[in-house]
Amino acid sequence: MSVAVIETQNLTKQYGPQKAVDNVTFNVYEGEIFGLLGPNGAGKTTIILMLLGLTEPTSGRARVLGVDPTRDAIKVKGMIGYMPENVGFYNDMNAIQSLKFIGELNGIPKDILQERIESALKTVGLDQDAKKKIGAYSRGMRQRLAIAELLIKEPKVAFLDEPTLGLDPDATSRVIELIETLRKEKNMTIVLCSHYLEMVQKLCNRVAIMIKGKMVAQGEIEKLAREKFGIGQEEYTLEEIYMRYFMEA
Amino acid sequence: MGGLKVIFKKELSDHFTSYRFLIIFSLIWMVSLLITYMVGTSIRDELSGVTKPKYVFLLLFMSSGGFFSFIQFVAFFGPLIGVILGFDLINREKNEGTLSRVLAQPIYRDAVINGKFLAGVVTISIMMTSIVLVISGLGLKVVGVVPGIDEILRIVIYLVISIVYISFWLGIAILFSILFRSVTTSALASLAAWIFFTFFVPLGAGIAAKSFVPPGEADKTEIILKQLSIQRSVSLISPVSLYSEASSTIIDPTKKTTRAYVLMGPFEKLSIERFSGPLPISQSLLIVIPYIISIVAITTICFAVSYTVFLRQEIRSL
Repeated sequence: MSVAVIETQNLTKQYGPQKAVDNVTFNVYEGEIFGLLGPNGAGKTTIILMLLGLTEPTSGRARVLGVDPTRDAIKVKGMIGYMPENVGFYNDMNAIQSLKFIGELNGIPKDILQERIESALKTVGLDQDAKKKIGAYSRGMRQRLAIAELLIKEPKVAFLDEPTLGLDPDATSRVIELIETLRKEKNMTIVLCSHYLEMVQKLCNRVAIMIKGKMVAQGEIEKLAREKFGIGQEEYTLEEIYMRYFMEA
Repeated sequence: MGGLKVIFKKELSDHFTSYRFLIIFSLIWMVSLLITYMVGTSIRDELSGVTKPKYVFLLLFMSSGGFFSFIQFVAFFGPLIGVILGFDLINREKNEGTLSRVLAQPIYRDAVINGKFLAGVVTISIMMTSIVLVISGLGLKVVGVVPGIDEILRIVIYLVISIVYISFWLGIAILFSILFRSVTTSALASLAAWIFFTFFVPLGAGIAAKSFVPPGEADKTEIILKQLSIQRSVSLISPVSLYSEASSTIIDPTKKTTRAYVLMGPFEKLSIERFSGPLPISQSLLIVIPYIISIVAITTICFAVSYTVFLRQEIRSL
């Protein structure tokens, strides 16, 4: 059995009378790509923010790599990477400057940072455009730059929130390849939030489905399919399973 | 500490490479040079053939020369420097999604606001110091008088007061950029604060004085004095008035009080008359210390409010 790198227990976040996350309990194990699914406003991003220590849970507890993000957010943020839904970059910087800025914020020594920047830009295929202003980048290039940021930081866990949102098919397949690279070559544990269920099915073996703040299902895709349809994995799509849970909720 | 340094460096570089900084800096530079040249030549013409009096160098800063003095210029337009540097410091980053990305790095949240404020203050300091140095250089050439130690010290104190004063406006602009999501709204709110303190407070002070002490049949002089006293007290809630009083008193050694002569009591008049010559710098400083403390206090309060609001904001809104 793999080690759990993320553990949550009855995690709840309340904004006024509304529960954005309601008693959520789940584990993510070392080296896996875990899919966090759900419609807009289901509470996926709120869970990520709580795990990053960027917002405090109303009740319940969470541990990331053995550390409580509410108590030691700086330590947690140093060990994990986060790619938000709409990644914001300083448009007047070029890719090298942007990566250098993030590297300095993470306290990476200069000589190591320089090596990592060169290697990361090569991995994501931006080495030819490294000196171009980010303002001139396409959406796909920006997403790849965000992945390069994860690479220079070399985190143990990465949270990817809609990494392929708004990308064309070619850019999407490049991002999918890069996510696989992160797991295989860097041995990263990845929590992937996405509406692009075909990609999730391809990359993840375990998923959780959230609806209106509640986690209505979690486990291996195979297991969820059997629960809902009673059939083997060749005869379903994740979209069908997801829709069944969604309609029932 | 590392996070603060990185944010500070980035913000400072952003200020010095932004078009808006270059435009406002060039504009203020040009106006300052123009004022200095006009004042300098008029002093030179007036003093040609006579022995140059003491403290003539300070006239470069306080004399209007037919236009307006440098002190008046900074009092009036200085706030715009602070506003222009700070009105979108936080909300622009919120809107572009860069703030949440930066805060996801291992840095404390206060490093962001501290770094931005510090970089703004350093930018203002560099801007004001360079302008004062240029005025002094040009003044030296045009007037042909070397300033004494006392004059240099007065200029340095004036410079410090000006930096704190403009930093107050930077603080106000940062506060609005935290409170309002829209960049336009925060810019308008900052300008509204500037208009309120620059135009409406002096106007309101007059109205307040007349409403508290209505003109009557009794001793007219007494009524006018009371009105002037109230008007002055009310106008001092404006940082513009605080700054104007402090800067004009420190730069002008012949000014022995921040109050109008008519408002002084008999003992105060007697005390003032003991000093027939210009005041030593220590005495001028004693007069303006309450004003300097007030400007520092309001700047600190303004930054503290920004700091608290920023730290308490829910990350979802960032």
